[in-house]
Amino acid sequence: MPESLLIRGGTVVHTASTERADVLVVDGRIAEVAASIDPPAGTREVDASGCLVGPGLVDLHTHLREPGGEEAETVETGCRAGALGGYTALLAMPNTMPATDSAAVVAQVLDLGRAAAIDVAVAGAITVGRQGTELAPLAEMAALGVRVFTDDGTGVQDAGLMLRAMQYARGIGATLAEHCEDESLAGDGCMNQGALSSKLGLPGRSGLSEEVMVARDLALAASTGCSLHLLHLSTERSLELVLEARRRGVSVTFEVTPHHLWLSEELCATYDTAFKVHPPLRSSSDVAALVAALCEGSVDAVATDHAPHPPQAKDRPFDEASPGMLGLEQAMGLTYEALGADVSVAVELFRVLSRTPAEIAHLTAEHDRVGGQSAHGGDIAQGEDANLVIFDPDGRIVVDRAKLASRASNTPYQGRIIIGTIRHTICAGDLVVEGGEATT
Amino acid sequence: MSSAAGQHLLSIGDLDADSLAQLLETAEAFCEVEQRSVKKVPALKGKVVASLFFEESTRTRLSFETAAKRLSADVLSLAVASSSVKKGESLRDTVETIEAMGIDAVVIRHRSAGAPHQVARWVDRARVINAGDGSHEHPTQALIDLFTVRQVLAERAGVPSQGSGLDLLKGRRVVIVGDVRHSRVARSEILAYNLAGASVAICSPGTLLPDEVAEWPVEVLSDLDSALGDAQIVSVLRMQEERGSGSYVPSLHEFTATYGLTDRRAALLGPETIITHPGPMVRGVEISSSVADDPRCVVRRQVTSGVPVRMAALYLALSTPEESPGA
Repeated sequence: MPESLLIRGGTVVHTASTERADVLVVDGRIAEVAASIDPPAGTREVDASGCLVGPGLVDLHTHLREPGGEEAETVETGCRAGALGGYTALLAMPNTMPATDSAAVVAQVLDLGRAAAIDVAVAGAITVGRQGTELAPLAEMAALGVRVFTDDGTGVQDAGLMLRAMQYARGIGATLAEHCEDESLAGDGCMNQGALSSKLGLPGRSGLSEEVMVARDLALAASTGCSLHLLHLSTERSLELVLEARRRGVSVTFEVTPHHLWLSEELCATYDTAFKVHPPLRSSSDVAALVAALCEGSVDAVATDHAPHPPQAKDRPFDEASPGMLGLEQAMGLTYEALGADVSVAVELFRVLSRTPAEIAHLTAEHDRVGGQSAHGGDIAQGEDANLVIFDPDGRIVVDRAKLASRASNTPYQGRIIIGTIRHTICAGDLVVEGGEATT
Repeated sequence: MSSAAGQHLLSIGDLDADSLAQLLETAEAFCEVEQRSVKKVPALKGKVVASLFFEESTRTRLSFETAAKRLSADVLSLAVASSSVKKGESLRDTVETIEAMGIDAVVIRHRSAGAPHQVARWVDRARVINAGDGSHEHPTQALIDLFTVRQVLAERAGVPSQGSGLDLLKGRRVVIVGDVRHSRVARSEILAYNLAGASVAICSPGTLLPDEVAEWPVEVLSDLDSALGDAQIVSVLRMQEERGSGSYVPSLHEFTATYGLTDRRAALLGPETIITHPGPMVRGVEISSSVADDPRCVVRRQVTSGVPVRMAALYLALSTPEESPGA
């Protein structure tokens, strides 16, 4: 007998509209979407009343830390955190130890992903060891389904090498994703450069160091025609540069993170390393510009840059502490609130958290996906793969670092009330989160 | 009236004018101990002061430890070179281990800005005194500088400095010269002199000015010769040799020519101008040898002031607000 699941009483979020409807899932696919469904006998039901029913979220920027950083996170724990955050697919970043710069490491992470609660796609490194000196075997990794390459953690500093990477990636239909920070300008900077860093005596990491590389990569992408994705943009000027390039027809997308939408540099004033991240938390005017861009609909994707670190990497002086913060479990609520915390933003919410990220990661039904993963970010319609999230906009949860699913606890949101909670997450037809609790 | 009693001393920015004056007056009271044949008072008898120097500093460490001993505190000195820190122990574990031994105060020097703030969060009950953190602050050095300058001004005016509060510093013109960007002494001095009602100007090569200096409570001067004309107090900062290797200034020689307190420039200063330097001086770089020995240069007195000022800092940090003198 086929396994079936009825999602009853929710508001279904389509690509451009919403409707009150029940959704019937049979054998991992959406079998029916209708105002009221009378399910076959033996169907499980989950309550979605008062909730939005949308495509499972897709995170373009997750550090799963495995292999090598298992004390901070594993594929299993990171995926559980993702499921609790409403995600059904994560793009694992390649700054593992060893770096994900070969078919062997890609295969290892994909294998670990197959046993996890949700789907794992892998981003491969652009350069060997992420050292920025020679190209990694992009085509060998592409043969295993890798469609996005990045040296995230750092950017490719050498413009000539980045140009060749783009020429090569274009030939194999891959997207290059860049961590935009010019190290000759960012140097040993550990917080936003400005009056506050100057007063605190902390070396600054300027907006300029990001913008210089954004401008460089836009020029390279325009020249090569390579598809370019810019990771975690954090300044007003970076956004202006990208939007201007896009008007000229450059094939570029970009993401912003929830922390750059919500947190500003003032949080570093007490030298609390929970707030150390690259690129750094910026001024409140940059934060306002990012929020305005999100609300105007010019942001392609909100991605977490979920970066787990063990306590010993954070219980250090600010300049020595590892940069990065957790984000998977709070991203949806924070994005919903940034958009205005009103259900009228539902279509936009799922555009930036699911549909566009799935496009950028090549995870939609239209893409030639490898490895048997189901399609993400699709419409809620008959025949689509059942990767779904049921989001309760009226739910509230107080962030408690002791209760996070991540192995690490370096959240910058300790004690914060998150507006909107994940009630259920369904990955390939399976309830991986039910009533806000992980089932695996 | 607010008080420094019972508080951590992390930043001059945490003080107000009253608590700054209280620290100076308390230091003045401890100067008398220096004159005794037995240079010791029982004020902190039974208290344990740990000195954690994660960065080399013989002078500041000796000055703090002498101050603690004159107050009859027991001193626990962690020599980082031989400690578990070298074995990779985290700062937090080091501090929690030391606190578990029952210490009352931690004097910390660290090459990272903000380390004392973090330590203050991690300890349960010990008071934390910042003995210099990266390029952030060096609060007791600024207190020493103001204390020394106040004493010199009081002597010249023929009035006791004890009880003069901040009056003698008010309205004075201070010029800070050199590598302000990387200087923790400059950050603390700028805050302290402003708190005392003095006006502060800084004079540095563009690369050694702090970021966003327009938001600092200082006037920025580029020409040292003209800056010295109306200076009543000149604070010369140490120029670290590695800054002279080409990436911040073309050479130390060029730095000396443009921003050094040379003999020629010293001649531009009035006879009453007070020259301070936090030490150690690099003679021939930021200050010429003869200016270092000029009677207007009070660097030796600053060292002498170090002990009573640090006695005051320790004493107040370990007092409760009710029992402190001046509260």
